Amino acid sequence: MSVVELVGVTTRFGRLLVHDHIDLSVHKGDLLALVGGSGEGKTTLLRHIAGLSAPTTGEVKLFGERYDEGSYHVRRLRRQRFGMLFQHGALFSALTVYDNVAFPLRELGGLHEDEVHALVMSRLALVELDPHTAWQMPAQLSGGMVKRAALARALALEPELLLLDEPTAGLDPDRSAGFVRLVRNLHDSLGLTVVFVTHDVDSLLALANRVAVMADRRILACDTPEEIMCLDHAFIDTFFRSLRQRDEPITPWMH
Amino acid sequence: MLISPRIPGPEPLAPPRIDTSAAGFTLHGHWTLACMRPHLAALRRILASSSGDLAWDLSGVERLDSFGALLLWRTWGKRYPEMLILPDLLRHAFERIEHPADADSPAAGNKVSRLLARGGQGLLGFLDHLHGMVELIGQVSTELWRLPKHPREIPWLETSAAFYKTGVQALPIAALLGFLIGIVLSYLSALQLQNFGAETFLINILGFGVIRELGPVLVSILVAGRSGSAITAQLGVMRVTEEIDALAAMGVSRHQRLILPKVVALTLVMPLLVAWTSALALVGGALAAKMQLNIDLVSFFERLPSVVPVGNIGIGLGKGAVFGMTIAMIGCHYGLRVKPNTESLSANTTSSVVSSITAVIIIDAIFAVLTRTLGVPR
Repeated sequence: MSVVELVGVTTRFGRLLVHDHIDLSVHKGDLLALVGGSGEGKTTLLRHIAGLSAPTTGEVKLFGERYDEGSYHVRRLRRQRFGMLFQHGALFSALTVYDNVAFPLRELGGLHEDEVHALVMSRLALVELDPHTAWQMPAQLSGGMVKRAALARALALEPELLLLDEPTAGLDPDRSAGFVRLVRNLHDSLGLTVVFVTHDVDSLLALANRVAVMADRRILACDTPEEIMCLDHAFIDTFFRSLRQRDEPITPWMH
Repeated sequence: MLISPRIPGPEPLAPPRIDTSAAGFTLHGHWTLACMRPHLAALRRILASSSGDLAWDLSGVERLDSFGALLLWRTWGKRYPEMLILPDLLRHAFERIEHPADADSPAAGNKVSRLLARGGQGLLGFLDHLHGMVELIGQVSTELWRLPKHPREIPWLETSAAFYKTGVQALPIAALLGFLIGIVLSYLSALQLQNFGAETFLINILGFGVIRELGPVLVSILVAGRSGSAITAQLGVMRVTEEIDALAAMGVSRHQRLILPKVVALTLVMPLLVAWTSALALVGGALAAKMQLNIDLVSFFERLPSVVPVGNIGIGLGKGAVFGMTIAMIGCHYGLRVKPNTESLSANTTSSVVSSITAVIIIDAIFAVLTRTLGVPR
């Protein structure tokens, strides 16, 4: 069964056409990367999937259901089946990291506080954050730690689907590689389906098992990274150029 | 393009189930937080009456998350039961909670020491405020001293913008406020004065009350709520988004570019607002006097200068200037103290308005004592 299915999604912002009849389906266990130039509406597509915005026409189905299908209760249950990591973390700045991660658990209700504590600590361990970080405020954390804490919050309910908006943006290559490894491990151990938007070729190749390339308001291609790299298109060419160049020996730049 | 065939309808998730027999327990379904939530109370009851000594068969479980694992782990007394059928796929969930990393919240100490600590924090906080305020006054004074020598750096644009926003845009609301207060004050006083046959004293009461006291204080409260909060919120958000640091990195003094314009603008604009509001309060009062006591408008304003010494206008406007400066300084002070989180922003904005109004009233009382011999007819 497709976890996410987009059928004929068209989005307009006023007179600006962002998506033009996009079809896409994400299967269970996929690690799908959405790539494309700036302003191609990658983040907007991710927000459509999360139900934070709606396409002008077309259908977005999550776990086989439209995002507005069913009663309030059903919609809420559906929302608890996926987690989203926002580009800048979007941690609640007035709460500690502990309370941020505990928030979705407490919202669910019915859990004892000691169970919440155990689960929060296990999530923090999952994203490789030091337990003492729990008592810090988001403003005290570094960029990489904010991302990890936000990921811990997105994973709080152990969702089946994880949506990541630029997970490695703003991280140095070392941390970025660590973050990718982390998501990969989580994918393997939790059986997650992951959809992520990225600009970073390295994290794309290290993480994705499918790549959807957005260009000219459509999905140009959706295939394995190896197949995508063989395609002949101006965007794909520029996107992977840095990688191709790297295979050649690096010569120091001289006057 | 790869499009999979559409498969209609979601398959319903099997709820968690636990079958009890003499030999042990057999588990089925989805043991995940979301699926367990509706049946949580019942599951807890069953688990509470079970134990880790019997056989456990988890092979029927379709999905197990760490909450499900946690519940079972605690039921078993934090160890695996002797007789356990656990598919490898589910073992991951237990591995994640078997060895919990832990850290307790840093709140510690007994009641007395906590109380002492809170008292100490309060005192230090007060000293910190004092320190911040003195520093702010010093910085602003330094800028005021320095700027005339570097006229190119005078922030004309910012000052005029602040002037417009805090002064010109406040004119309508200040007019309405003054006019209505004037009517109410005049009407109520007239009712009392009629009893004594002292109708003409209405002009004295209104003149003194409005020009010397009510005008400046009313406008200050209005401006503290309107502009003081705006100043704090603006500087606070600039702190949160690091815009103030960006200014500093470009070598632009925040005191010169952000704070001085606001302080200067409010100090200059407040006397004008006070004059405007007091004038409209007197007009309102005169209209009410005309209706209630039949005092002619022209004779009202002709008598006014002879019963209210002109010095009172100076006191009223002077107070306005001081109050304006106070409100701007307090607004900036709290704005610069905002920490990068939403709670701090709202707390500091509240404190800013409350402190400005309190400060204005305290300063007003000091003024009343210092000017008790000035502008009073003998």
